[in-house]
Amino acid sequence: MSDRQFDGLVSVRQVQDQGMITVRGDLKGKKIATELKAATGVDMPAQMGASVKGASGILWMSPDEAMVLAPLGDAPALAGELQKKLSKTHALVVDVSDARAVFELTGPNVRDVLAKLAPVDTHPDVLALGALRRTRMGQVACAFWLMSDTSARVICFRSVGDYMFGILSSAAAPGSEVFA
Amino acid sequence: MLTLNCPYCGLDKDETELAYGGEAHLKRFGPGSTDEDFESYIFGRENPKGVHFERWRCASGCTKWFHAARCTVTMEVFGTYSAQTFEPPKAIKDAISKKRPGWTWRNFS
Ligand SMILES: [Zn+2]
Repeated sequence: MSDRQFDGLVSVRQVQDQGMITVRGDLKGKKIATELKAATGVDMPAQMGASVKGASGILWMSPDEAMVLAPLGDAPALAGELQKKLSKTHALVVDVSDARAVFELTGPNVRDVLAKLAPVDTHPDVLALGALRRTRMGQVACAFWLMSDTSARVICFRSVGDYMFGILSSAAAPGSEVFA
Repeated sequence: MLTLNCPYCGLDKDETELAYGGEAHLKRFGPGSTDEDFESYIFGRENPKGVHFERWRCASGCTKWFHAARCTVTMEVFGTYSAQTFEPPKAIKDAISKKRPGWTWRNFS
């Protein structure tokens, strides 16, 4: 998939340089928390949390699954390193960068655009900054988090990336404001 | 439309984010069991008007299976709880008793 962008209520842009590593294991275990922090520079997030700093971070996906974010070029080496460091821990480490697509939404209507597609209350009282939401948008599974009150990132399977770009663009169509 | 709180990710999930997994707390009878036990394991299901126990999966979410106790008449949800148990925990049973005194379901009460 090539670089592409749609400008409407929000700007929808595909992020091409995001590395992603799936880590499965006991996230409450000390060893995994320590190694993931060393790898990313951020603390293991709480339940349904996203600790992200620039291109690096950790997303809490389930009690036994984390998504490690890293610059795309660093991901293969980092995955290998984590695998070595967790070799004596019950854990699985896989570089899934090529299996996922990432989109960035930017603009003041970002919460409304997300709410059009997912059965999620995106009001600031419910969806806080730093919270990860795994859900579905339209017909496909996804995860998203707000990076600020005007920007969000959405991750989905790369095989449904075209569909995701399409529904995000359509939810951001000019003139389709929720509160006009 | 049901909203169930997933005990594994802690979120209130919309029914469209969940996958239904049938009746809860079934005991499996396989090879070597009696015909009666095998038949009731395959075909015998509760169809209550009232308190019911079900399995659900946080499908568009943390992907974990969990249990839910609800009323099939009013759609009221009494609570959700771990999949790693053979029967509803006391807190769930107490919550049901408060709303539906004297309830029974299979051999639970
Ligand atoms: Zn869940």
